[in-house]
Amino acid sequence: MSANEFLPWVRRAAAPSARAGMPAPVAATDENTDSPHDLQRRAFIQLLGIGGLVIAFGPGGARRLDAAEPLPGPAANQWSPHVYVRVDDDGTVTIICHRSEMGQGIRTTMPMIIADEMEADWARCRVEQAVGDPRYGSQNTDGSTSIRDFLHKYREAGATTRALLEAAAASQWNVDVAEVFARQHEVVHRPTGRTKPFGELVATARTIGMPATASVRIKRPDERRWQGKTMPSIDLVPMTTGTAVYGADVTLPGMKVAAIARPPVWGGKVVSVDDGEARKVPGVERIVRIPETPIPGAFFPLGGVAVIAKNTWAALRGRDALKITWDAGPNGSHDSRSYRATLEASVRAPGKPGRTNGDAAAALAAAERKVSAEYHVPYLSHAQMEPLAAVARVQDGKVEAWAPTQSPNDARNTIAEYLKVDAANVTVHVTLLGGAFGRKSKPDFICEAAFLARETGAPVRVQWSREDDMRHSYYHAIAAHRLEAALDAAGKVTAWLHRSAYPSISATFAPNVAGPTPDELTNGASDVPWDVPNMSVEVCPAVAHARIGWYRSVNAIHHGFAIGSFVDELARAAGKDPAAFLLELIGPDRKVDLSKAGLVGPGETYYGAPWADHPLDTARARRVVESVKQRSGWGTPLARGRGRGIAVHRSFLAYVAMVVEVEVRPDGTVLVPRATVAVDAGYVANPGRARAQMEGALVMAMSNTLYSGITFAEGRVEQSNYNDYRVARMRASPHVVDVHVIESEGAPGGIGEPGVPPAGAAIANAIFAATGVRVRELPVGRQLDGWETKVAEEVAPMPRGT
Amino acid sequence: MITLTVNGVRRTFDGDPTMPLLWYLRDDLGLTGAKYGCGVAQCGSCTVHVRGQPTRACQMPMADLQDATVTTIEGLHPTGAHPLQVAWREIDVPQCGFCQPGQIMQAAALLQNTPQPTDQQIDAAMNGNLCRCGTYPRIRAAIKAAAERSS
Repeated sequence: MSANEFLPWVRRAAAPSARAGMPAPVAATDENTDSPHDLQRRAFIQLLGIGGLVIAFGPGGARRLDAAEPLPGPAANQWSPHVYVRVDDDGTVTIICHRSEMGQGIRTTMPMIIADEMEADWARCRVEQAVGDPRYGSQNTDGSTSIRDFLHKYREAGATTRALLEAAAASQWNVDVAEVFARQHEVVHRPTGRTKPFGELVATARTIGMPATASVRIKRPDERRWQGKTMPSIDLVPMTTGTAVYGADVTLPGMKVAAIARPPVWGGKVVSVDDGEARKVPGVERIVRIPETPIPGAFFPLGGVAVIAKNTWAALRGRDALKITWDAGPNGSHDSRSYRATLEASVRAPGKPGRTNGDAAAALAAAERKVSAEYHVPYLSHAQMEPLAAVARVQDGKVEAWAPTQSPNDARNTIAEYLKVDAANVTVHVTLLGGAFGRKSKPDFICEAAFLARETGAPVRVQWSREDDMRHSYYHAIAAHRLEAALDAAGKVTAWLHRSAYPSISATFAPNVAGPTPDELTNGASDVPWDVPNMSVEVCPAVAHARIGWYRSVNAIHHGFAIGSFVDELARAAGKDPAAFLLELIGPDRKVDLSKAGLVGPGETYYGAPWADHPLDTARARRVVESVKQRSGWGTPLARGRGRGIAVHRSFLAYVAMVVEVEVRPDGTVLVPRATVAVDAGYVANPGRARAQMEGALVMAMSNTLYSGITFAEGRVEQSNYNDYRVARMRASPHVVDVHVIESEGAPGGIGEPGVPPAGAAIANAIFAATGVRVRELPVGRQLDGWETKVAEEVAPMPRGT
Repeated sequence: MITLTVNGVRRTFDGDPTMPLLWYLRDDLGLTGAKYGCGVAQCGSCTVHVRGQPTRACQMPMADLQDATVTTIEGLHPTGAHPLQVAWREIDVPQCGFCQPGQIMQAAALLQNTPQPTDQQIDAAMNGNLCRCGTYPRIRAAIKAAAERSS
């Protein structure tokens, strides 16, 4: 990858250079900008050619791609007042969803906002999934950005369409436009009660010039029909009948299936291949070498040996029959156990400051009472239910791919760069994503399919096995944290020192990365809402030896776990109730512009938004804590072996507090019978899906906290499948998750990610409350075996290192 | 030559007898509702009914299916209106949706034998079906809703 495609820890739009070669939009437009600053700017274009969809998902089901169908072009009876909207003269409204659906509900929420603003009848709307095309604005569905970056754009798209239809009706009736209004798929003439259906207005509407942005009226809150209310997913029927189309469900005529043996160590290479046995497997047709990508390989494939077969079973069997001698390369000695010790040594020395207030070191040195603790979080793999799969076809110099991708434009540009073709000749179709959690924002697997389709001349589906997925991920970084705090005589925190070390995601994209940058601390470490006069939040060196990447909530996972656990330890050390202590630590209500609050090098933006637009509002942190404290029954007695834990965390511009109740069985098994959640994410367009995201975040945090961990020995991942990389199952999962979505008209924050970071700490704190065992390293695993006797012997000598 | 019935249709198979049912359904018949998630019976995404029993299709070789009756999510109900499918939609269970066909097939087998399952029976029956989106609380609620409706 070229240097200018170096990507920071929270990804934003691709660099402008990556767009070179893209076809120019039909009309002058700023559609290909992503900055929220641009949301207010003119965003309407008269776009004629937005076809190109082959897989059409409708509310009634998905259509299988079963032939080389011609791409549907713009028809004469269709009108596209906006890049996201098309209206047919029969009144059918098509909304083009440019973001990827991976369970967060954007294929429902985005069209619902537009339909609401345009006064369309929801039953007469259909949704098409956009191909990768910069005209739609950023399609990179990560960073919890869809609504927080696009809410206004969606509203404008709907309101503009409504304004044009109203103008068309006024023109047809020859009345003042002020006398008409749109209502549920028709325009009404107020004085006479006459109506015109949308479909009959299309021909006139397309002749009317675009309204000035200022004249387009976004609905007032009391005029909204569906925005802010729960809208069920449009994909429920296909998802419950088996007709929903995910990556591996796409079939092309003559398609082959490929399974690939990839270097087991990051940066490894094939030395020799004995494919004799593989070729004997019935159905195996070809063996193809894929060149290795030198590290850091960014989004390019790892390389290896591909077995091309007539079906999936033959491909997998053939691949397993390959005998390959590997050169492990520079990471062949990576051992995550010794690496953990390296990280722990790193955080025991001062690092680069990410936030400095007062003088934490001096305050700690002078403190009467000092508390310190260290925390460890292992490598994690996304382990999304759908293993990676992608289909590609190369014909007449054109590359076409179908994939469950979070970022079709990254896929498109990466394929173009990898195959050395013009991006204009690459089309990337987006299927449903069977879970993603950040893994599918990396298009390495799609490049593999494109490469093999070109090499073999046939359409190819690359199918990753679960073991492939587990062993060749872009791992969530292993991390060590050290926290120190000073308590005064009243038990108030007077100094806060937080150091962390973890391999940086930057190391996947650039050579010689010595560790994370202070900027990475703004993902929920340097921006904590605490009222502490002396603070130092630092990052310490850590060289990457594995491919690191985004995983739902990113650094906030380990930041949130360490910080939320340490606060609980401080409360216990101060002899205070953890919830009361948390509120005291948040302190008086205040708004803090973090860019002026001692943060070092905060960059221009905060989660891609201007810092000033998202001040640290401690009242919001306080309110979510108070909400869960009140609704959870905090403080009421529980049976032996049960306990509650509380934590609050802010990430992706949202504030989330949780009280988690655990039951620790005598054998050390942890169950999470119930949890109480409060989320303040500003304006929430679809609260039902927001609640679902909080439920899911809690369950994912159960996996991260209780079960999951990737370890390396001799550079190789030791886990293989769900038997040794354990994730949460039904039995341990909550029976009640009470989610309070705070109602707000404030700037929208993220929803998909912010629930995970507080949940891990709340679970660990609940385990402490239940058992007296303080969890400082994840996963909990078997640490609680025999906890009843352990506690009797140890009587909680916490915290370690005090 | 193996003869079996899939969703009421008689089929014959003369390919690799070691091939698991999952790949026969997906690659040969184009029935892609059963999903590949792990290949080792750890996740339940491929759950179908074989001779009326919930079965991990990824671990069921074609050789063992002579005269077998197989039902997949596509064949669970002619119009997709099995009480579980209806409850799944009413409770808005799916997030990404990938594991849900397997979840529904597993739950359908549970309700066949235990029409009014307790929480413990639900947990025991469903513990082999993974969902990384974390829809377990809603799955439990949907099974109960479907059971109530059928009672």
